[in-house]
Amino acid sequence: MSTGATGFLQRYEDAVGRLPGDSALRAAAAAAFREAGLPGGTQGRRIEAWKYTSLRPVAEANFQVSPRHEAETLLSGLTLLDAPRVVFVDGVLRGDLSVLPAVSIARFADQPDFGTLTWPDREPMVALNTMLATDGVALNVPAGVDGGIVQLVSLSGGQGDFHPRHGIRLGKGASLTVVEVAAGQGAYLLNTVAEIHVAEGAHLTHIRLQDEATTAFHVSTTYADVQAGGTYDSFTLNLGGRLSRTEVHTQLSGPNATAHLNAAQILAGSQHADFTTVVSHAAPSCSSRQTVKNVLGGRSRGVFQGKIAVARHAQKTDGYQMNQALLLSPDAEVDSKPELEIFADDVKCSHGATVGELDAEQMFYLRSRGIPDAEAKSILVRAFLAEALDAVANETIRGLLETAVEQWWERQKA
Amino acid sequence: MLDIRGLTASIGDKPILKGIDLTVPAGEVHAIMGPNGSGKSTLGYVLSGREDYTVTGGSAMFNDADILAMAPEQRAAAGLFLAFQAPIELPGVNNANFLRTALNAIRRAHGEPELDAVQFLKLARAETKRLAMPDDMLKRNVNVGFSGGEKKRNEVLQMAILRPKLAILDETDSGLDIDALKIVADGVNALRGPDFSALVITHHQRLLDHLVPNRVHVLAHGRIVRTGGPELAKELEKSGYAGLIAEAA
Ligand SMILES: Nc1ncnc2c1ncn2[C@@H]1O[C@H](COP(=O)(O)OP(=O)(O)O)[C@@H](O)[C@H]1O
Ligand SMILES: [Mg+2]
Repeated sequence: MSTGATGFLQRYEDAVGRLPGDSALRAAAAAAFREAGLPGGTQGRRIEAWKYTSLRPVAEANFQVSPRHEAETLLSGLTLLDAPRVVFVDGVLRGDLSVLPAVSIARFADQPDFGTLTWPDREPMVALNTMLATDGVALNVPAGVDGGIVQLVSLSGGQGDFHPRHGIRLGKGASLTVVEVAAGQGAYLLNTVAEIHVAEGAHLTHIRLQDEATTAFHVSTTYADVQAGGTYDSFTLNLGGRLSRTEVHTQLSGPNATAHLNAAQILAGSQHADFTTVVSHAAPSCSSRQTVKNVLGGRSRGVFQGKIAVARHAQKTDGYQMNQALLLSPDAEVDSKPELEIFADDVKCSHGATVGELDAEQMFYLRSRGIPDAEAKSILVRAFLAEALDAVANETIRGLLETAVEQWWERQKA
Repeated sequence: MLDIRGLTASIGDKPILKGIDLTVPAGEVHAIMGPNGSGKSTLGYVLSGREDYTVTGGSAMFNDADILAMAPEQRAAAGLFLAFQAPIELPGVNNANFLRTALNAIRRAHGEPELDAVQFLKLARAETKRLAMPDDMLKRNVNVGFSGGEKKRNEVLQMAILRPKLAILDETDSGLDIDALKIVADGVNALRGPDFSALVITHHQRLLDHLVPNRVHVLAHGRIVRTGGPELAKELEKSGYAGLIAEAA
């Protein structure tokens, strides 16, 4: 018996009344989810935003509360930074495994902004999260404070479905680096939503390292609102998951706000990973940058959908988008959909896409110097990724991501 | 060292090498000359294992091993090195890392311990200095933004660091000024010894003045049409290939 949309709705009916937060919002989300269903599921509506990614396998899975698993073992197997960490196990904050940061941190039930940025009526997975979320973290960095680095670690197991809900709020001129690491073991669903406020002149660096079990489903939706002169600088590295969708909505609400939505996806076997972005330029003189690279082996499929929307009064907008794919196998596939929706007349927006294979001459050059085939491939793949990874300014964090790529590569060899 | 017999090779179904017989004894330097399009680069590529060429007949033994049966990286580990006529650019690949990876791959194949970054840099700096190359060549991406001459010198640097037993230099002297030419010649001469041989593809006597080959071969239309001593190169520089090819036909 699959859980399906019906099962999730039943879960909500059973819990309603005991759920924290705004109950009207929950009810509205449930109504929207009932209407939409799971994208690609038999009862789901066809949605343009889910054109290349079907959640049919999610709709067909039977999610059930799983026995406790060894989160400690999973955690000790992870490469992490020597920095505070907030650890979630099966979607629940585990204080005993966490090293709490100095910045103000609260739990989900105390999130004052719950639901203020999201669109459950438009995004079925956000509706699902909004109706079922019970835990998450609220990070609050007061004006002018540097919150340093906070790691948000998610460890999942078994066949459960988890819907954590995070809120990140930076006051004026504040700064923070959030490094999200998701890993696990099993055929679970992790469906995270994060709501982010970046006030005037504040700077949030947001790294996502998705290294889930290759049997798992991972859906992550972020909404970021960036005020004048603020920066939302994000980098996503998708390595794991059977099926993943990373969706980032950024609204540039004040002049001179900046968004970087860079990503790399490295896939093998029959993995499917979808990176979807929407950048709304809602104020003049804002800039957005997106460099997205897919490295696809086996029968894997990489998706990039990037929408840049420029409002009528958002003059002097500078939007850039580049999507490049490297196909390591003839059976791999990339789908790319750039979308420019421009209502202002004085803007600079560009997008480009390339798809290629490993260069035979470069491969031969490396091998003629004694470098074995697999190592030569990995050198060229890392060179291809370098441009995207170079966008991660912090060397230690870049090192963490490079190590993850390295380990991914080792796993493919095994 | 190298013993090629009746070697024929094609690209697609177009025959390029039409029966090459060539023996290079250990310790010798042989020159290969010949008009453009005669198959000189093809010979270098076939010996180093480029996959778009099909060997259709004959054999090539390298120190008693059948190199045609080996993967390109195995040939390199066995001591073969090709200095490319047109070196390949590798954007995003640091030259020092590239060289260290190559050297360590070869050392691994020989069961020798790998060099760490510090040990390697010491070695590489010594070689760049000896070859009068700027140190920053190691820091740049492989051949990216290099001038024609810098690319050729980078090939010589790779050869100096990998220390092959047989080096095939494919027009490494073309487009070089007199100083750079001397650097190339010095690079080869430094490796010279009883266990090192070289096959030097060139159009110019100038390089051979510095390298003094034991034998000179002329390749035309996929065959060696003439072999002689160093004086043959001088003769060709004066009279050109035309008479020789007509004679052979
Ligand atoms: N990739 C290729 N496809 C088809 N023909 C080729 C290719 N590369 C070289 N050739 C042909 O092979 C012949 C020999 O080329 P090459 O070995 O480069 O000559 P050389 O180095 O002596 O100038 C030429 O006729 C050339 O046009
Ligand atoms: Mg040539």
